[in-house]
Amino acid sequence: MIKCENLTYAYPASEEEQAVKIKNVFENLNLKIEKGSFTAVLGHNGCGKSTLAKHFNAILLPTGGKVYVAGMDTSRYEYLFDIRKNAGMVFQNPDNQIVAAIVEDEVAFAPENLGVEPSEIRRRVDDVLKIVGMSDYTTASTAGLSGGQKQRVAIASILAMEPECIILDEPTAMLDPQGRKEVISTVKMLNEKKHITVILITHYMDEATQADRVIVMQKGDIIMDDVPKKVFSRVDELKALGLDVPQVTELTHMLKDYGYNLPDDIIDIDECANELIKFLK
Amino acid sequence: MFKDITIGQYISGDSFLHKMDARVKIILTFAVIILLFMISDPIPYAVFIAFAVFLVFLSKIPPLYVLKGLRPMVFIIVFTVIINLFLTPGETLWQQKIFFDWSIKITYEGVRMGILMFLRLTLLVGVTSLLTLTTSPIMLTDGIENILKPLEIIKVPAHEIAMMMSIAIRFIPTLAEETDKIIKAQTARGADFDSGNIIMRAKAMIPLLVPLFVSAFRRADELATAMDARCYHGGKNRTRMKQAKMCARDYIAVGTIIVFAAALLLMQYLI
Repeated sequence: MIKCENLTYAYPASEEEQAVKIKNVFENLNLKIEKGSFTAVLGHNGCGKSTLAKHFNAILLPTGGKVYVAGMDTSRYEYLFDIRKNAGMVFQNPDNQIVAAIVEDEVAFAPENLGVEPSEIRRRVDDVLKIVGMSDYTTASTAGLSGGQKQRVAIASILAMEPECIILDEPTAMLDPQGRKEVISTVKMLNEKKHITVILITHYMDEATQADRVIVMQKGDIIMDDVPKKVFSRVDELKALGLDVPQVTELTHMLKDYGYNLPDDIIDIDECANELIKFLK
Repeated sequence: MFKDITIGQYISGDSFLHKMDARVKIILTFAVIILLFMISDPIPYAVFIAFAVFLVFLSKIPPLYVLKGLRPMVFIIVFTVIINLFLTPGETLWQQKIFFDWSIKITYEGVRMGILMFLRLTLLVGVTSLLTLTTSPIMLTDGIENILKPLEIIKVPAHEIAMMMSIAIRFIPTLAEETDKIIKAQTARGADFDSGNIIMRAKAMIPLLVPLFVSAFRRADELATAMDARCYHGGKNRTRMKQAKMCARDYIAVGTIIVFAAALLLMQYLI
């Protein structure tokens, strides 16, 4: 679905910065995202995860190497709208990405830009609002929604383009626990039921456990890339990077340190409870 | 403190006026205003007032609400009436000598002009507020876009104007909430917004306005990226989900206004 080949990128430097040598955000980064997968990208602030995401729908263009989305080179202008239509992006702040004052107008915004027929737009709007569970709010004002509802509308407005891939750039960072749950279960459902490729950028570990692949980034490099169980079993390495592990993983890890014999790839609460019960018996 | 702002004071409803096409409403409002300035005799005015009352009744909006819209205009109306009352030359009705040769006087023409101005301004505000009371801001901007559309031939950026207006409307509650937050944050740091003379109070606004502007620019930047991500590229080749369509109701309204205008102009100029 998405392929990075020797991706190199440096932010355009201002004049005083040009005197010092500009550091590249990425140098020769290679990455391939499979169609239909659910990938979580973890990493510290400033590790380049948002910058990477912006390459996936041609908001940023590589200064070296290539990025292909569904086989289309992002640096070719003639593919621009096809790429953005194929790889929709949801941003962090729900307030700053909503264009319209009414929910249905917001969802209609993207297909209107693409020049879709009015009756078809209507059908898509009703469809995607049903998918994200916001049908009851079709004519509501966007200002009155909760954070989680706003993000679900934002997801719906991307879905209205009928993309094959959705990139979510820390979509839950500004939400309360309830809103986070709403958004993540919606994303999970889209991946499982609608087979949409999901790239979730986050710094919540329990969200990353939902994915089927976790990428950990550090200073523009991919340092871990595996299934969640394998990545989170490397507790000490993650801690050394200043990242957390899911609470249950941390618990079993500490118990192991005390000499209890538990598996070290537990990332799920139910799984952890079962293992502990088995152990206590 | 800013949460209750409602721009244009739209009141939702399902009356004849609410259901009318926004384009038709805007154009007819303009027509009625022009008509208002073409008449000046008592009989056409009486008919006009009756018609305005009928419109308020038709909109199902509490008449008191329409009158409330006049409140910000009271000063201008009173000022205009006084100026006209005292400064129109003509047949003197009442005169008061103040000193030497200088005196104030009220003329017959002045009284007539004063009453005319009073009615004109009151009706003007009343009729236009009916437009904003029965049309939501979004319908209004859509209507304006549709009306300006033909002007795109002479390079009027109709779509861009409407887009800017609708984004501005969309961000009013967001920025109002933010202003509230900044006021609280600055008050917690000891800022004082409510005391001192007018200059001190204006100065106290600086720590409020600077962060507000910075954040507004940041928001604008992020919104632009989000719009880019959804393939926004101006009004070219853009379709709309909601197609404005004129229906029987709108033709009836246009017909009524034409008959009404013709009748009033006949009364004014022929009788």
